[in-house]
Amino acid sequence: MRPVYVAGVGLHPFGRFAEKSLTALGTHAVRAALADAGVERGGFGAAFCGSVYGGVAAGHKVLTALGLSGVPIVNVEAGCASGGAALALGATAVASGRHDVVLAFGLEKMPRGIIRSSFFEPWREEAGLAATPAYFALRAQRLMLESDVRLEDLARVSAKNHLHGVANPYAMYRKALSVEEILASPVVCEPLRLLMLCAPNEGAAAVVLSAGPTPVRVAAAALRSHHAGSVLGEHTPLSGLADDGVPTPTEMAAADAYAEAGLGPGDLHLVELQDTDAAREILSAEELGLCAKRGGGRWVRDGGGEMASRLPVNPSGGLLSKGEPLGASALGQIAELTWQLRGAAGPRQVPGAQVALAHTVGRGANACVVILIADPRPGLGSGRTARVPPGG
Amino acid sequence: MPGTRAITEGLFVIEGDGPRLLAGRCAACGKLHFPAAPVCPYCGADGALETRVGPAARLCLYTAVLSRPPGYRGEVPYGFGVAELEGGLRVIARLTESRLERLRPGLALSLVVEPLCTDDDGTAVLSYAFRPEEA
Repeated sequence: MRPVYVAGVGLHPFGRFAEKSLTALGTHAVRAALADAGVERGGFGAAFCGSVYGGVAAGHKVLTALGLSGVPIVNVEAGCASGGAALALGATAVASGRHDVVLAFGLEKMPRGIIRSSFFEPWREEAGLAATPAYFALRAQRLMLESDVRLEDLARVSAKNHLHGVANPYAMYRKALSVEEILASPVVCEPLRLLMLCAPNEGAAAVVLSAGPTPVRVAAAALRSHHAGSVLGEHTPLSGLADDGVPTPTEMAAADAYAEAGLGPGDLHLVELQDTDAAREILSAEELGLCAKRGGGRWVRDGGGEMASRLPVNPSGGLLSKGEPLGASALGQIAELTWQLRGAAGPRQVPGAQVALAHTVGRGANACVVILIADPRPGLGSGRTARVPPGG
Repeated sequence: MPGTRAITEGLFVIEGDGPRLLAGRCAACGKLHFPAAPVCPYCGADGALETRVGPAARLCLYTAVLSRPPGYRGEVPYGFGVAELEGGLRVIARLTESRLERLRPGLALSLVVEPLCTDDDGTAVLSYAFRPEEA
């Protein structure tokens, strides 16, 4: 297998765009990524498109609109990790030598309100068991019962990400919020307040991957689904309500990615992780090994993840600031981390960022972990093991 | 005279001393799952046996749903939680109690089957839920 590089990234801002079609969001991101990569017509050999609510041939419609069809186009659905799955497929296609350049993109226009999902059988919907925020609430309650995570810690996570999002022109919400404001926002499902939950919204993101060296290398792209038993006896797959002792999809994907990249959490300089709700960020940090298991409360109270900390988490503002267009969110993380590793993230720049991790996890239950490394000597060597100085 | 119907077949039965959930017990690994399925979702073995569990349960996790989720046909607010039955079977279910101050981890629960809503022709739709035992 040969090394894979990020040649270009492009984003359509995340938000609500009633006047734009789904295809228009996608063409915006794809053109931006191709321009960033300097890829001309006919310059990529395959395309992988992540979407959940995009309907039939969502990716084909985007590339057809741009006169770029003809190559293999694969539409990928993997819940919140759809874009990550598209990236993982694309990376494999390049690493294997099948294609020299591929396009991974994702797009979404989410329905409004509590999202209806064909994941649930009709009787479960009728019986009130399709209440997605309530599952998040149970997961948050479990975290609080089994460790010392407190309600204020959840508010602090949300305040941190909203503060980060102020500097991100691609984010939907660019307003700093205080812990008090967040705690005072309406209860959605106890213990979660409205401002502790991300908003489903719209957006698109695209990434060009190449075998030709660039300053940003894809050191790992790992995708895993849940083990039997990690989903309650009832098999309502939801990461975070696992049976005891069964590794979660995030833990498995993280282990695979760290092994593939030849490094560990101590080597990371910044992380973009799944923060569907504030408790999910804490659980993600624990599962990725950014802090001790059941140490997430202390991690938050010690300033873990803040821009001034050793390891900034969600410098983009996370999903809490950007909102979550399912098919695009994972590739939005890749765009952010690529800019960071190029030193081109402007006011959001994490100084000295060289090793970055992106994480998405969602319904299915599945998880994707991607590790990107700023390659100081692109073009030198191939297939070599990453040698990264420990994070300082 | 309008009758009643289960929200879907194969979830529960009502016995003389109370309702039971229709779970599956794997003949190979022995684990319980719900709803009963022909293939064990833990180990993939065929031939799971239907087994009746309940009505006693214990509350693990809980919250209250305040606004109507998509497709839901019952009243809001309602309680929502994870209940553990005999054999360690944990299920997601509606709770009859949505006042969180009346709920706590480990609380004893009873499985109940009760009308959730009514079809256009007047037929009452029965579903299952868990009710806190009186203290």
